[in-house]
Amino acid sequence: MHAWRRSAGWSAGLAVTLALVAVVSAAIGPVRIPPTEVVKAVLNALILPAGVETTSQGVGPLTVSGVNIAYRSPFAFPVDRVHQQIVVGVRLPRILMAALVGFALAAAGTVMQGFFRNPMADPSIIGVSSGAAVGAVAFIVFPVALSATLTLPLVGAVDVTLSHGAGVSLFAFVGALAAAFGVYAIATRHGRTPVATLLLAGVAIQTFLGAVISYLQLQAGESLRRIVAWLMGHLSGAAWSDVAVTAVVVPPLFVVLLVYARDLNVMLLGEEEAQGLGIAVERTKRILLAASALITAAGVAFAGVIGFVGLIVPHMLRLVVGPDHRVLLPSAALAGGSFLVAADTVARAGSTELPVGIVTAAVGAPFFIYLLMNREVHEL
Amino acid sequence: MTAELPAVGEAGSPTPDGADPPPIEVSDLSVSFGDVPVVSGVDLRVERGSLVGLVGPNGAGKTTVLRAIKGTLSPDAGAVRLDGDPAESLSAREAGRRVASVPQETSLAFDFPVRQIVEMGRTPHLGRFDGHGPDDERAVREAMDAAGVARFADRAITEVSGGERQRVLLARALAQEAPSLLLDEPTASLDVNHAVRTLELVRGLVDDGRAALAAIHDLDVAARYCDELVVLANGGVRAAGPPEDVLTAAALRDAFDAETFVGENPATGTPTVTAFDAIDGGEPDDGGAGSEPTDSGSEPTDSGSEPTDSVEPRRVHVVGRGRSAGRAVARLAVAGHAVSVGVVPEGDAAAGVAADADARAVAAPPFASVPSERRDEAVALAREADVTVAVGKAGRAGRTEPETGDEPGANAAVLAASDRIVRVDDNFGADDLLDAVRERDGTDASDR
Repeated sequence: MHAWRRSAGWSAGLAVTLALVAVVSAAIGPVRIPPTEVVKAVLNALILPAGVETTSQGVGPLTVSGVNIAYRSPFAFPVDRVHQQIVVGVRLPRILMAALVGFALAAAGTVMQGFFRNPMADPSIIGVSSGAAVGAVAFIVFPVALSATLTLPLVGAVDVTLSHGAGVSLFAFVGALAAAFGVYAIATRHGRTPVATLLLAGVAIQTFLGAVISYLQLQAGESLRRIVAWLMGHLSGAAWSDVAVTAVVVPPLFVVLLVYARDLNVMLLGEEEAQGLGIAVERTKRILLAASALITAAGVAFAGVIGFVGLIVPHMLRLVVGPDHRVLLPSAALAGGSFLVAADTVARAGSTELPVGIVTAAVGAPFFIYLLMNREVHEL
Repeated sequence: MTAELPAVGEAGSPTPDGADPPPIEVSDLSVSFGDVPVVSGVDLRVERGSLVGLVGPNGAGKTTVLRAIKGTLSPDAGAVRLDGDPAESLSAREAGRRVASVPQETSLAFDFPVRQIVEMGRTPHLGRFDGHGPDDERAVREAMDAAGVARFADRAITEVSGGERQRVLLARALAQEAPSLLLDEPTASLDVNHAVRTLELVRGLVDDGRAALAAIHDLDVAARYCDELVVLANGGVRAAGPPEDVLTAAALRDAFDAETFVGENPATGTPTVTAFDAIDGGEPDDGGAGSEPTDSGSEPTDSGSEPTDSVEPRRVHVVGRGRSAGRAVARLAVAGHAVSVGVVPEGDAAAGVAADADARAVAAPPFASVPSERRDEAVALAREADVTVAVGKAGRAGRTEPETGDEPGANAAVLAASDRIVRVDDNFGADDLLDAVRERDGTDASDR
């Protein structure tokens, strides 16, 4: 229980940090808003279920009882309406998106580093990011054709109208999972997936998909700019609907990873050792791979390829909280959220907005070099 | 391939009811990596209260057998049973509660504290969300005390020495509290003190009723601590049984392709094995029987015998006493010569070595005159020998009084009866001795 207690302590501290970073971030921008007003605006936007009304429709035995939940806002602070709109309508979804994406990437990176027993692994190692990039770029280049393939089977049944942004995200998500599954299928033989083979298959697939992306860029014409922006990673234009989808996908996957945190610790001893200690190694590997691929895909599908969060944050936190995944995984995930929120704040704070991927890499790489030079990075 | 296989572990099993299935039972196990067979037709069983040593040359498949028992590789044929249940029918968790293993090495790139590594041994006993209960705490504490790792329990595993690391792995296996233990070279990177402590610890656990199977490189250590040995070579079991039955020059030649001298360790009374380069003595005449299956080992006897004509075994009689004569007997016997020795005092070192080497020794009571029938026996042996080797003082004894009844006199008579005499002093070089014995018309080695 000791480790879980320590885990809860770190998590609480880092969650508070994330909240603070989010508030500060929401205060920063072309319009400066005092942090207290940010908090008030957020509280104003909160709604709580206030009661239940039952309604009845229909006649006689065909009556259908409907349940309507009534909501009310518990707070009504006096806040400038423009500020309220900026915080809740513009900045908050973007901040939450950054937090979710950072959370997802750092969690996946932590698991991949443990899984590959290599502190240099990151979430893209099994081809997820490359696959997402191919999906997204393909949709940007051929939006009409790809929309058609998607809607064709549904024509007549449902009226599918796919916005451009949603199409990119959907294809990125599908591409990410397809790449990850491809890598897994290549590396698996007779029900066993050797980690080294997986790593090499990942490298091969990434290289191949890199070629595909380059070719698509050549064919892109005037959409090249948008492709480059996507590939560099971005969080601009995050809407509440995007946040809602990501928020539904990421937390359950994180819980799955957390449930396997102790198994992941034992797996660090080596697969044979883990098996000897009663871990069903191949099954655990499949679950960890699938959950990390999904959580990474959910992260990159909207935000594009954001490097370094999944590599550097777990590494940093391992130096602070130690290698026990029960503590490390939630800590790294929460810190990843804070890191990406902060990086995105920097990205949008200047006169021209930068893709956030540039900021994470520009901040992350020097910091990583500092770690390499000042701290011993074991076994490398 | 395993026709000569005796059933291991029938004797000495302390379990009163023989109906209990053995904790570890391997039958007709075959494993191959791709097209390369590693082991085939291996049978062995380990009973409660029994420590079985798995010995054999490098690459014989010792680790492979252990891995098959652990379930980390699946055999091509044959069965592994743990407490009577087929291993493949057990979940990893259940198998982890029945067998704990100490690996040869661990490669841990992340700096977990030692205590946490030991705690991982409790994994098979815990549910997914269980914390460590009092039982787990106790098991971890006892395991750390027993393996002597409590002192550095809070240091990172990446910061302790290789020997300490191996003890951590042992502690982890102990914390697992499984009735069977598998050990892969448990003492390979330990100093003598910790090697002995580790094996005494394992021995103690076994005496308390656990079963242990250990791959051990050091034959002396294996002989000292194991109840039974299983000799693996060329992918199959070559011999199995109590150490003193298994560790014989013939069995070891067959398994290791090396010439060995098997003596008795004066401190422990268990067999002690000394290996020599096989080229020294060439192939012994009785080596053909057991070595047909060995592709490489049988070449010198089959086709290469002409070029190595000069090392053909001879009949050698040794005269002398003490350690130096014993050494001569051992080296000559290992080189494949048929050796006899005498007359020596009863209880002399040379007589002891002769007994270990299956050489004939003519012994007489010490500090007394040599009975004439003893003297005649030695003289007869010398007469039928191709060469007589006189070691140390015996070689310098005068030939003037062969009729004296004491030991030098008897040995003078023996030398007088010899066709050819090789004289060496107490500090003889083994190669010089063997060269001198080999030469048909050679002069005395003492000329050198």
